[in-house]
Parts: sequence; structure tokens; C-alpha cells
Amino acid sequence: MSVLTNNLDLFLSGFGTTLRLFLISGVLSLVLGTILAMLRVSPVPVFRAVGTTYVTVVRNTPLTLVFVFFVFAYPYLEIIKFDFFTSAVVALTLYTSAFICEVVRSGINTVPIGQAEASRALGLTFGQMLSNIVLPQAMRSVVPPMVSTLIALLKNTTVAAGFSVAEAGRIRDALSEQGENVLVGLLWVAAGFIILVMPLTLLQRILEKRWSVAR
Amino acid sequence: MTAASTPPMIRMAGVDKFFGPLHVLKDVQLEVPKGQVVVVLGPSGSGKSTLCRTINRLEPIDSGTIEVDGQPLPAEGKELARLRADVGMVFQSFNLFAHKTIVENVMLAPVKVRKTAAAEARKTAMELLERVGIANQAEKFPAQLSGGQQQRAAIARALAMRPKVMLFDEPTSALDPEMVQEVLDVMTTLAKEGMTMLVVTHEMGFARKAANRVIFMSDGEIVEDSTPEEFFSAPKSNRAKDFLGKILTH
Repeated sequence: MSVLTNNLDLFLSGFGTTLRLFLISGVLSLVLGTILAMLRVSPVPVFRAVGTTYVTVVRNTPLTLVFVFFVFAYPYLEIIKFDFFTSAVVALTLYTSAFICEVVRSGINTVPIGQAEASRALGLTFGQMLSNIVLPQAMRSVVPPMVSTLIALLKNTTVAAGFSVAEAGRIRDALSEQGENVLVGLLWVAAGFIILVMPLTLLQRILEKRWSVAR
Repeated sequence: MTAASTPPMIRMAGVDKFFGPLHVLKDVQLEVPKGQVVVVLGPSGSGKSTLCRTINRLEPIDSGTIEVDGQPLPAEGKELARLRADVGMVFQSFNLFAHKTIVENVMLAPVKVRKTAAAEARKTAMELLERVGIANQAEKFPAQLSGGQQQRAAIARALAMRPKVMLFDEPTSALDPEMVQEVLDVMTTLAKEGMTMLVVTHEMGFARKAANRVIFMSDGEIVEDSTPEEFFSAPKSNRAKDFLGKILTH
């Protein structure tokens, strides 16, 4: 317990950064992932190709490599300079959105074709059909895998620790410098993640219950 | 009202459609004048559903022309969406939006497509639901309604767009027998009010009572095109005689 109480500031600021990383990249991934899914079901072949290529390339690349690219290689391109935190957000977002895309797309596939036909027959455009009819129903059917993907994102934020972002995964290094018991410290980090994941699990349960009446 | 000044509501000329090697519509010619109620009959697999679905381009055709109210069907896009807004369609499986309440189902297209104010769209929706006899179900979700109620809601949803013509693709085929009549009653009223309708169905009673004209299809071709009296009492083709023999004897 003393490991935690003596270094409370360290733990709080570490998990604070983790939470910020998670929330920002989580929201951005949901947006980008949904856009990618829309590309993948688009009637325009070029859009579909873009979506498919993105998912193939990014989903098959290890997250660490994505980080290495944005932290070390990307600055040489001299486009816009990112600080480490922003680089981490970009890397996590690009990586996670490939997974979100596939979750959303599998949701879209569960929506009966008749729903799309009825929308088209009423004169809705493709975009209106997706945003008003198909996506809302798709999201309802993919709550569990969606939450799993977000939990994976939350835990993937620790990769950022290896790239100079002082988040929860970094706590161990700081503890070891101070000569604290690292093993106990790590157990507390693990406990911290479990606590962070709990609200997500709860959210999943609530959404599943609320949306189950629709069909 | 001369033929030159008012184009037919639906005009199909030389329409061909293939599903792979299967020739599902063979050189179909059809004109439906405004206000006419046409019932399309035929054995399953005769192409009657496909015919119905080509009219608002849910099924694209391979050759020929289709015009709705004098306007050729445009390619997929904004213009086609605009045309579809004027063509009401009722499906065999209702296809109500599962995540929206009944009244929201009816309001959606007027608000999103016609840009009607929500309050006004709701008022119109409630009037339509009243008309089809399910105003008391307005706040329920589709899955909470019986099949007959769902189909009446679907008709109300199509009518909310004030369509020029209504297409019915086997509207009673998925219903329990005791619910068929309530849907047919709504359709019969609609026919009497002068709506242009094309109805694919197996309901011979409806064809006799409400149709101005019966079209009989077989193997992708329009085999007979006559009045209900003529068709039921004296079918010309053997295929129609055979069909009627099968369905009218039991």
C-alpha cells in the first residue's frame, strides 16, 4: 500500500494521461472508424477500395510500428510537428479506427436489406439512409465487440509509455528510479486499469439493456 | 384529358432484365394511366415482383425504358431519390424501421426528404395513422405490433410522402389469414380515392373488387392484360387458365 500512497501523485498523473489518451483517441477512432465503414459499404468502387486498403494495411501492422513511424520517421517528413502526446493520439487513432471500422461494418451487415430498400424507396439519399436508418441499428447490434475494441484501446495506451509519454505504463520506470518495490507498483497499475475498464463494462451492460427492446 | 397532354403514370417499353442467365423480364410493355388500379397476377417466379421493383429502380433493368409520370428513371443518385420520393412502395415484409416508433417511421421521410417541419409532419403522420386505424399504436415500436398493423403503418409511411403512384409488392403474403382483410380494406379505400396503384398480389378477391385491370404474367412475360371480369370469367391463354384452375378450385 505504501508504494501507492507514497507515490500517489505519480499514479494520478500517470493514469490521468492514460485517460486523456484514451478519451481523445477513443472519440477520434469512433468517428474515423465509422467513416471508414461507410467507405467500405459505399456503392462507389474507389471509396470501397480506399476503405479496404486502409483496413488491410493498418490492421495488419503492429501498434508499436505505427508508434515508431509517428514518433521517429514522421518528423523527417516535416509536415506538421507533433509533440509526443499528439503523436501517440494519432498513432492510437489510426490503429484503433481500423478495428472500429470492421466492428461497425459487421454491424451494418446485420441490418436487414429491407431496411435499406425501404429508405431508398422513400427517397432518402445514401448518406441519409446510412446515418438515419442503417448505422443506428448497426451500432445497437455491435455493443459488445465495440466495447472490447475500446478496452483494447485503453490498454494499448501503455505502448505510448515506450515513446516518452508519461502515462500509466511509465509508472514502473519512475518507481524503479526511486527504488520502490516495482512488483507491487505494477500490481497497483494493473488494479488501476481494472478500475478504468469497469465503467466501460458497465456502459456495455446499460446500452445492451436499453437497446434490446428495439427489435 | 387527352393522351398527349397527360403522360401515363407508369410507362414501360421493351424492358428486359436478367438475373445471371435467367431472363426474368422479357420485352415488357406496360402503360398505367393516372388513377388506374392494376393488379399483377402470376405464378411465383413469373417476374411480377421484379416488375414492380423495377419501377422505382430497386432493381435496375438491362434494356428498355421506364418512365414515371413522363420522366425517365434517372441513374442512381440525388435525382433518382427525388423521383422515388413520389413513388410510394409497400413491401411484403413491411420493412418498418425497427429502431423507430410507428409515428417516427411515418414522419421520417417527410422531415428528411421533404424538409417538412417536425410538428407538421407529426400532425400529418397522426392523421394518416388514424386513417389506417392504428393511431393508438403510434408510440410503439414495429416489433410490438401485429403483422397487419405493421403493414398498415407501412402504407401510412408511404402515403406520408403524398406519392403520385403506389406500388404494392405482395403486401399481404406475409400476413396471418385473419389480418389480410384489414390491409386489403385500407388498399381498397385508397383505390376508391383515385390513387394510381400497381399491386402484385395473390388476393383474387381484391383483384375482382378494386382493380380496373388485371395483368397476368408468366415466365417474365405479360401474357394477359384485361379487365378483372374478363380475366376471371374468360381467360384467353392456356397459362392463365391453368393458373386460375389451380388457385380457384381449392
